[in-house]
Amino acid sequence: MKSKLLSLPYIFWLIIFIVIPTFLVVLFSFIDENYKFTTKWIIQSGDYIGILFKSIYFAVISTLICFLIAFPIAFILSRTKKYIQKTLLMLIILPMWMNLLLRTYAWMTLLENNGIINQILSFIGLGKINIINTPYAIILGMVYNYLPFMILPLYSVMTKIDKSIIEAAQDLGANYFVVLSKILLPLSLSGIVAGITMVFVPSVSTFIISRMLGGGGNLLFGDIIEQQFIGSTYNPYMGSAMSLFLMIIILIIMWITNMIDKNKEERQGMLL
Amino acid sequence: MKKNLSIIISFFIMITIFSGCSSNNNLKIYIWGEFISNGEDNSMDIKKEFENKYGVKVNLTTFASNEEMYAKIKSGSAKYDLIVPSDYMINRMINEDMLEKIDFENIPNFSNIMDEFKNPIYDPTGEYSIPYAWGLVGIIYNSKMITEDINSWYSLFNEKYSKEILMFNNPRDAFAIALKYKGYSLNSQNPEEFKQAADLLKKQQPLVQSYVMDEIFDKMINGEAIISSYYAGDFIKMEKDNPNLKFVLPKEGTNRFVDSMVIPKGAKNKNLSEKFIDFILEPEVGLSNIEYLGYSTPNKAVFDLLPDDIRFNKNLYPDSSFLDFNTEEFIHLTDVFLENMDKEWLKIKSGNN
Repeated sequence: MKSKLLSLPYIFWLIIFIVIPTFLVVLFSFIDENYKFTTKWIIQSGDYIGILFKSIYFAVISTLICFLIAFPIAFILSRTKKYIQKTLLMLIILPMWMNLLLRTYAWMTLLENNGIINQILSFIGLGKINIINTPYAIILGMVYNYLPFMILPLYSVMTKIDKSIIEAAQDLGANYFVVLSKILLPLSLSGIVAGITMVFVPSVSTFIISRMLGGGGNLLFGDIIEQQFIGSTYNPYMGSAMSLFLMIIILIIMWITNMIDKNKEERQGMLL
Repeated sequence: MKKNLSIIISFFIMITIFSGCSSNNNLKIYIWGEFISNGEDNSMDIKKEFENKYGVKVNLTTFASNEEMYAKIKSGSAKYDLIVPSDYMINRMINEDMLEKIDFENIPNFSNIMDEFKNPIYDPTGEYSIPYAWGLVGIIYNSKMITEDINSWYSLFNEKYSKEILMFNNPRDAFAIALKYKGYSLNSQNPEEFKQAADLLKKQQPLVQSYVMDEIFDKMINGEAIISSYYAGDFIKMEKDNPNLKFVLPKEGTNRFVDSMVIPKGAKNKNLSEKFIDFILEPEVGLSNIEYLGYSTPNKAVFDLLPDDIRFNKNLYPDSSFLDFNTEEFIHLTDVFLENMDKEWLKIKSGNN
């Protein structure tokens, strides 16, 4: 009874800010201006399927890059001395204290053709890089902004992997590759799944990164949803339908990733 | 169970208490960001002055675009006593019966408004809006990189400046430039003229460095781009940081935007809103405000008080021959047309022809 009482404010919060809005999104997707049932918004959302695939493609690539960068970092982090660990963790979290908008704006000025990065590059005799206003800049922005969300869950599972397990494997003749594929990866799977979720979901629905770093021409699905609400045609029905579309796709992808996690756990259970 | 109930009830009571903060002495204003002088740079803190004068409380909430404002009001999620949107949006709100008629008896200072701003195209009967500030869209270029004379919209479509051009990141302003360049009205809903404008913008797309709104400040000041188009009032701010920047009003004519004060339907404090409008129209208050904004004033009494370098600045106050024959204000177009424009704009920007 007591624990139930304590959870009341949370449940209250949940209902007002998550359950009701989600219900409204679903409702708005299926009614027209006269509150009659319609599927026209869902069908019209299909016009933007190409852009949706582009968004998913970008999000998959940036999630992959995040993973490739974060995995070694998280491993090294989990193996260093405690006080160094704390400092390094702090350094990873520190940029997150700043608003995403500001961090992205900073990249915009850094990457510009006459920006600081290019000035330094040409000063030391290397050519300029022209990636601002291209898809590369968008991916860079996504990776930069969401990398900590991949590192942190990976780090938290890896600190729980006992050093002796790795040593035992090496004792038994496992080389680095085998240690990585048979020990580290399976044991950190729950962290990997959490990390993928936390990077993929904001990446696939972002609109501010693509607008600032993509030069306005590289639109993603999030930009089009935003346009339905604060573009010149105010159409919350269409915006809701598109959001619903995106939500369902995210749910499917999350379901698949979780299945991988679950399968592995079941297999491990059988082995034990 | 009783305890649970009491907690739930207390939650609701708290919510009603917090939302009940708006009393009779509370004026809620919804206005563009940084669009009212606030005491910085020796300007007048209008909010505070008004509060002291009438013993009331003023709440300022800001928006970043007319569309954002419209979405919030239309969804009914917020109530305000006074809003300051732009021309075409006022036109739309009048059409949709979202505005209250203003009682001009309560606004004696309305006589300060210049005649040319009375009964504008977006508010033909002049019953709903009182102009706050106005300005013109023109070409901004970097005179260090561009030595030739710029005087036409053509320059924004010139291949010579490929990848150095910035363009508005909203369909209405972008189409207005294309329509004006072709010699049509920027409120044109003629399909043939629309198609010509769209084709022009499609051809321009490979030349455009990026489509921007406020990002333009950094990009023009740093010399990242050398030619763009933006509002005259904002140019004054850019010029301070980069004196090489120049502003020109294209000979084909341009858009004159007017931001006006309106009272939305359901305003709780209509009387106080009208007092505030009257306060803004006072010469001293209006002067401080317009100097802070950098835009142009529709208020004759304020205009007469302006320092000479602003009063005779042809970019802010062009000759009436230009104003009368070469500038147009936006009005609201039909929803179907705007939707079509949005779709076309998406294709243009992403280079999908």
